[in-house]
Amino acid sequence: MALTTDDIKQIAHLARVGVDEASLEPLRADLSTVLGLIEDLNAIDTKGVEPMAHPGNAQLRLRADEVSEENRREALQAPSPETEQGYFLVPRVIE
Amino acid sequence: MYEKTLAEQSQMLAKGECSSSELTAHYLDRIARLDGELNSLISVSADAATASAAAADAKRASKGDSPLLGVPMVHKDIFCVEGGRTTCGSRMLENFHAPYTATVVNKLNDAGMVMLGKANMDEFAMGSSNENSYFGGVKNPWQQNCVPGGSSGGSAALVAARLAPMATGTDTGGSIRQPAAFCGLTGIKPTYGRVSRYGMIAFASSLDQAGPLAITAEDCAMVLQAMAGFDERDSTSSTQSVPDFTANLDKSIDGLKIGVPEEYFSQGLDDAVATQVRAALTEYEKLGAKLVSVSLPNQSLCIPAYYVVAPAEASSNLSRFDGVRFGYRCENPVDLEDLYTRSRGEGFGAEVKRRILIGTYALSAGYYDAYYLKAQQVRRLISDDFDNAFKEVDVIAGPTTPTPAFESGAKTDDPVAMYLNDLYTVSANLCGLPAISMPCGDVNGLPVGLQLTGQYFDEARLLHAAHRYQQATDWHTRMPAGIE
Repeated sequence: MALTTDDIKQIAHLARVGVDEASLEPLRADLSTVLGLIEDLNAIDTKGVEPMAHPGNAQLRLRADEVSEENRREALQAPSPETEQGYFLVPRVIE
Repeated sequence: MYEKTLAEQSQMLAKGECSSSELTAHYLDRIARLDGELNSLISVSADAATASAAAADAKRASKGDSPLLGVPMVHKDIFCVEGGRTTCGSRMLENFHAPYTATVVNKLNDAGMVMLGKANMDEFAMGSSNENSYFGGVKNPWQQNCVPGGSSGGSAALVAARLAPMATGTDTGGSIRQPAAFCGLTGIKPTYGRVSRYGMIAFASSLDQAGPLAITAEDCAMVLQAMAGFDERDSTSSTQSVPDFTANLDKSIDGLKIGVPEEYFSQGLDDAVATQVRAALTEYEKLGAKLVSVSLPNQSLCIPAYYVVAPAEASSNLSRFDGVRFGYRCENPVDLEDLYTRSRGEGFGAEVKRRILIGTYALSAGYYDAYYLKAQQVRRLISDDFDNAFKEVDVIAGPTTPTPAFESGAKTDDPVAMYLNDLYTVSANLCGLPAISMPCGDVNGLPVGLQLTGQYFDEARLLHAAHRYQQATDWHTRMPAGIE
């Protein structure tokens, strides 16, 4: 399926990935080629086939509802670009 | 000492013929001399390695014993190590210091291994040539104008150049096996769930598995023994018991039934590679194995299905990189939307962005059924093909890659040509099956890989079959020129 550069802008917006104007056309071409490869799947009859989300149909385990981790807030926030008093800081959202 | 295998070094250490400190110093010296050219490591931790080696020697002196005690190694830079830098080959994590350590790292530390540093890789493990690393490409030690494969390209190049006897890798669509094939090594992707994914930066969570790259199958068996096992911190970790991978390596493989799918020898396969792989199968017959023709009718759908499932999972996993909690943040964001968009636009490289966009598209409203659900149904058909084949055979054999290593830059402008490198490897990830690649030939001075795929949790049989082949042949002992 051929995509337009407007499609690329929309997908990039959904993914919150900044794409500059100059990259739109190369991305459009690349993604259209990849979608062309994927289109082969449409030729296959999959009526009634159970989708496979996971190898071996693994079921997620449940664990006992017990505290297992100690509080490590400072260590876990250390890699953040900006924190204050335990909060992650972002640009002002509400004026 | 560098020409010795991991198993041989283990013996030397046990007999007191060398110390871990000597071995570690030897490899650190080799890295300093040879890696400037190869670029196989993103970071070298010489001081920590020297200290770990001294600790291993002290432990041995007080009767400590483990086959891996004091053996040097390198981790792919996708495994978190608390305090150290873990980049995943990305600008996004250029200065990321993980607040915790991956289970694989803890397990190999507990076994006494000495980490020399962290290996270069394609950004977020997306790539088949290591050309997508923010830290630069990696050269193939066999021919420096060629790529080492990817995404565990640094791991493969450094073991091939004997900068360590072993390195860890991860494999989402072939990222252990393809570089192992390109660099003349043995590498195994275990069954999904066999090795913990905790602390291993996620690419596609239903496909990702960690495993070793080393010189021989025996070396891989020794390391996998220490890596494998249930981990409550990984929600899909298997509780299946881990057998002794080295116990039966020397036994005969008489009667082993090897399935040979005709689909693996059709279009896209380089003739010279086909010849080498066929010769390896003949060698297996001499060892007592029986070749059985099998069919994998949906083989041609593996790449299309994979390039929906993997990007879809990646687009979800990589949404965590938001410029807020960790990782790269753009300068002077004007608002929250700008913060997200520019941090991700500037922090991710071209291939990672492509895959996030493909995945986002495949999961978006109106396309979910047509792409994602369809791909999951085809994934089931592919898995059924393997189940059927395994009713008749013990393992399935074929080439690891359609061609030997290619020249740097040859496929960077054509994503689909690059994706076709994984033609024979992605099925094991889609199905969750274990698969091993081992060197089985040479085309114009470049190694060729033979792949064996096994049934769920049957790594022992793959390692056994590979070991027997290596006892009868010498491809795995060959080393690139100019690495003295």
